[in-house]
Amino acid sequence: MSLLVVDNLSLSIHGTPILKDVSMKVDPGRILGVIGESGSGKSMTAFSVLHLLPNGADLSGSISLAGQDILSCSEQQLCGIRGRDVGMVFQEPMTALNPLQTIGAQVAETILIHERVPKSEALARAAEALRRAELPEEKFPLSRYPHELSGGQRQRVVIAMAIALRPKLLIADEPTTALDVTTQAQILALLKRLVAEDGMGLMLISHDLAVVADLADDLVIMRSGEIVESGAAQHLFRNMRHPYSRALLEASGHVPERATPARTMPLLRVQNVVREYESHVHGWWRRTNRFRAVDDVSFEIRKGESLGLVGESGCGKSTLTRAILGLEELQGGEIQLDGKPVASDHKANRDVCRRMQVVFQDPYGSFNPRWRVDRLITEPFHLLDDPPRGSVREAAIVDALESVGMTADDSDKYIHEFSGGQRQRIAIARALIIRPELIILDEAVSALDVSVRAQVLDLLADLGDRFGLTYLFISHDLSVVRSITERVLVMKSGRIVEEGPTDRVFDRPQHDYTRQLVAATPVLPADVA
Amino acid sequence: MKLLLHNRSMLPGVILTIVFAGAAIVSLVWVPYDITILNIADRMKTPSLIHPFGTDQFGRDILSMIMVGARTSIAVALVAVGIGMLAGVPLGLAAAARRGSLPDEIIMRTNDLVFAFPSLLIAVMITAVFGASALNAIIAIGIFNIPVFARLTRGAALTLWSREYIMAARVAGKGPARISVEHILPNVTNLLIVQGTIQFSLGILAEAGLSYVGLGAQPPTASWGRMLADSQTMISLAPHLALFPGLAILLTVLGLNLLGDGLRDLLDPKLRRART
Repeated sequence: MSLLVVDNLSLSIHGTPILKDVSMKVDPGRILGVIGESGSGKSMTAFSVLHLLPNGADLSGSISLAGQDILSCSEQQLCGIRGRDVGMVFQEPMTALNPLQTIGAQVAETILIHERVPKSEALARAAEALRRAELPEEKFPLSRYPHELSGGQRQRVVIAMAIALRPKLLIADEPTTALDVTTQAQILALLKRLVAEDGMGLMLISHDLAVVADLADDLVIMRSGEIVESGAAQHLFRNMRHPYSRALLEASGHVPERATPARTMPLLRVQNVVREYESHVHGWWRRTNRFRAVDDVSFEIRKGESLGLVGESGCGKSTLTRAILGLEELQGGEIQLDGKPVASDHKANRDVCRRMQVVFQDPYGSFNPRWRVDRLITEPFHLLDDPPRGSVREAAIVDALESVGMTADDSDKYIHEFSGGQRQRIAIARALIIRPELIILDEAVSALDVSVRAQVLDLLADLGDRFGLTYLFISHDLSVVRSITERVLVMKSGRIVEEGPTDRVFDRPQHDYTRQLVAATPVLPADVA
Repeated sequence: MKLLLHNRSMLPGVILTIVFAGAAIVSLVWVPYDITILNIADRMKTPSLIHPFGTDQFGRDILSMIMVGARTSIAVALVAVGIGMLAGVPLGLAAAARRGSLPDEIIMRTNDLVFAFPSLLIAVMITAVFGASALNAIIAIGIFNIPVFARLTRGAALTLWSREYIMAARVAGKGPARISVEHILPNVTNLLIVQGTIQFSLGILAEAGLSYVGLGAQPPTASWGRMLADSQTMISLAPHLALFPGLAILLTVLGLNLLGDGLRDLLDPKLRRART
């Protein structure tokens, strides 16, 4: 008998339809992957199972959990089910834990809510749950606070909370999206092991086909509140029928086409760069700690090349980006663009700076919400000694917007009127407007849905060929780096550990760390599509 | 406008504020009776049709005095908030732009120092040294508004400095001063407006307090605080002498606080989205 059966579920919130006739089921000991892009209704489906819906929600259809009809349960009965029969793991481990409580107390809380047991017993069971989530008490005592743990460790605490009462069903909503690839691989392996040990059903929600492909027994693909395709994972991956699922699969492994003439002229040269931070650990006047964020890094980017820089969070890649842009002072080494130093006398060099621009990760945070698009994208004009005015300026705006696939009408709108993908196009327009030679893409496509990401990658490839741009592509996502770059650098703890042609580095990695990264990266089954 | 009606605390706040601001403006061109003319025959009349709020111990019309007093209160509070904003906001922006540097430390520790003294005490000191007058009251209240705005601005600006659009502006070669004016200031205006209304109401209270102890506006300038002080000895004989200026202070401060609360809800995009 199935553990969870969702049958013809429809949901509307304040009259706006969110889900239409969604049906799926989860069997004990099996993993159901729910895949969809943002706005597809995958999270809302999960919240419906727990009946955790916003005000004004109207549900129809049926949800039954182990034979019990969820929709006819009272709020009190639902409280008994949440946490005990159904556990939930959220996306953001940074905000899913209470910063003021120890991890032991937080895991024990779930137990105390549902069972009348003494506190000491609850704590003992919390320790057991944490041990099963691979946080043994000897190394991670229950008295630790969330801020003393890394992101991956926090996610283990969240998992321990969810499995403390051995629920029948575990719902994981993008459990690894906020984590680095190597941590992601560990968390996914942990979830898989727990499912097998407890005979739980797992509903794994993700936007990333590759993550789900490794793990799921069954798959459901959703788009705008409807299921477009479902079935056993192995079978479905090989026999996708719906055009949307195929497009999704194609977009995940998308490789934009580029002309590749010989690149020989070096454009940017980074030599023995060192960036240190001093931190006052013991008050103002005492000993200071030194932290080397970038440690003796040297490399070159040739004109017209796409160079990838791969590394996990905290490896120093963002500091290096800022240093290249002349925004960080160096403690050693030099950065030159076309033979001219990026910064001299503690100041960034304007005529060097105007030859490079940057596109950031967050399509929501990278624009001033109170400016219109025309003012936003012309901001780099500030770097020019004689910025264009009047009709020349207008023409430049239209030109930049049209080259990224937007229209001239968009120039007097505010940024909140655009979707994530459109915002990223506008960010590229802003970078293009002063016709730089080097564009640094700092995780520029990481926050985008796969289909939008494929379009933006195509756009970047096209612009690169048209304007002869050089790209420095910084990302933690190996598949994206692989699809767009020719050469790649692998960075770890402030140092470059490996460098070489992208295919060579990823197919035959030399350094241990690169091997780990490549092995941890989820891949779609090779014989697919 | 629809949003305004949605917000229950906003409407009374707006009405009260308009009533008192209106009274102050009208008093510039017309008052029912001239308050500089004493009329001992008509003294201490209870409220009637001729004198809606009654008359005081010198026979002056209390309604007229409250209208003129509104002018004093609003002028003092407005200029004091102006001083606080004009000095505090640039200081806060500068401190945020140079976070952790020596100027930041100096600005913020000086702020702490000013905060450490009870504001009325310093106001008493200033008026004791420079003499009691409305101008000195303004300066004293204004000085204490500076750290409030400096801190608020710095705190809000610090979170903005970590945004990527600030990084984009730096990549475009803009310096800290320019970024502060073009990017930070427009995005902290909401907060400043809200804090401004609250400081405004506090300013009115402070002016009334200073005048009450005789350190604010001097006769013949009418002031709510001094009207209260003058009526104190006669409160059992003629309670209306204290009642109306007291009510005026209470309602103005209440109105401005409600307005500030309402504005905060109205200007915060997050709260606005949650409501619609």
